[in-house]
Amino acid sequence: MDDGFDDAGDGTSPVTPQTLTPSTPGRPSPPDEPSTPAHPLPSPAGVHAHARIGARADPHGRTVLPVLDGEGPLALRRTRATGPAAHVTLVGAMSGPLGGDRLAVDADVGAGARLSVGSAAATIALPGQDGTAAHYDVRLTVATGAELRWLPEQLISVRGSELRVTTRADVEAGGRLVLREEQILGRTGESPGLLHSRLTVRYAGRTLLDQELSCGPGAPSGWDGPAVLAGHRAVGQLVIVDPEFTTEPPPAAMLGEHAARTPLAGPGILITALAPDALQLRRVLDEALHGLA
Amino acid sequence: MSRAALLVLADGRFPAGGHAHSGGAEAAVKAGRITGAASLEDFCRGRLHTTGSVSAALAAAAALGVDPATLDEAADARTPSAALRAAARRLGRQLLRAARVAWPSPELDALAREFPKGAHQPVVLGVAARAAGLGGEDAAYCSAYESVSGPATAVVRLLSLDPFDATAVLARLAPDLDDVAREAARSARRAVDEGVDALPAASAPLLEVGAEGHAGWAVRLFAS
Repeated sequence: MDDGFDDAGDGTSPVTPQTLTPSTPGRPSPPDEPSTPAHPLPSPAGVHAHARIGARADPHGRTVLPVLDGEGPLALRRTRATGPAAHVTLVGAMSGPLGGDRLAVDADVGAGARLSVGSAAATIALPGQDGTAAHYDVRLTVATGAELRWLPEQLISVRGSELRVTTRADVEAGGRLVLREEQILGRTGESPGLLHSRLTVRYAGRTLLDQELSCGPGAPSGWDGPAVLAGHRAVGQLVIVDPEFTTEPPPAAMLGEHAARTPLAGPGILITALAPDALQLRRVLDEALHGLA
Repeated sequence: MSRAALLVLADGRFPAGGHAHSGGAEAAVKAGRITGAASLEDFCRGRLHTTGSVSAALAAAAALGVDPATLDEAADARTPSAALRAAARRLGRQLLRAARVAWPSPELDALAREFPKGAHQPVVLGVAARAAGLGGEDAAYCSAYESVSGPATAVVRLLSLDPFDATAVLARLAPDLDDVAREAARSARRAVDEGVDALPAASAPLLEVGAEGHAGWAVRLFAS
């Protein structure tokens, strides 16, 4: 196909978001009469959706996707790949997450497989109707000899929203991971919502990185002060886990005034960058990634 | 337990080498982010609620008897900056030398054998508190207070800030210190049952970035 999109790996049609019953402006209105939704919703306050990606190496060394299950607002598309890795794009089929939503994405990359995951647009945390937090949980597993490049677009925390993001990556000995996270505090000229994120990366069963960031109104005080963000509205992390770093990790280095690369206590490095906005943040992280290639 | 032991351990004159470290304040002063008492207070508040709360929880967990090697690994994972890991181990080693003389104990001896190059300072602080007969919350208080008293003292030297003003900053932080120490002790108690993932991992991006820059300076007043 020339549109760059293949069908979902199992040949079934992609899940349509309309099977859920959202109830917030900007989404389709719920029916006036009570009706039975196609998927029962655990909570009337928000959307619960869980998307799964499973990548495996076939006998010819290519990567196949025996599991490519989107759900609700989390639609998945296999996109055209140029190299041996499979590419998947997460296509947000609704705005959100909104307060009360619980979204989860799992990606499991089997031994020897290579998977690259991106997203079609930024994830935008929006306020819900009942003032509860939204949750977004990402679970990544990378087997030995496998590689996962997890490079989604930015997460934008909109005024009045509350989002808790957890990202946990488990890399087996001999696996490789490239993971990027970017948090943007508010749309242009807007104050941010409340954002909690926790990023945990394990290698060979040992925790390599465990990092939380809380920012926005309601976060512990000092979050925007001179020790933490100092007015920067974009903050990003790039984690690279590579067994080759066991013997010779790239050394610590400053990457401009507000970004640094540092070797972790194991076969990985972390690039931390702060910038005034999303565009400048991406530029710093892209340069850091290309500088290592 | 002896409450007075907490005063000995928390005393700025306790010979553990902390005075040589600014807790990131030197880099923040150079970058123009700390210019006086108000911005020092902002800096300290941010540090207290991020790396300060993590250190306090690690210290409390060590004081409650959680395995120091496991805690040291948890500290490594929560300290991505290589420069800050090195500083924490240097400080841990110096604290351990002083603590072993002050409160001789088999647990401190074992820690010295297991980590000849030094364990993370908050872990050593917790084991030292334990050796001194103190509890988890005591260790958390001591660690949380150090996380702000270090920068405050350093800024007096770096900016010639009036020591009265620096002390007033610390006094204004007292309610936050209470909150952080109590929450750290709570999470440490959870870690006893649930493991170290129950400990906080709050990070301060500018402290991490600033520490790597500071470590590369040719001339500096403080070691970190």
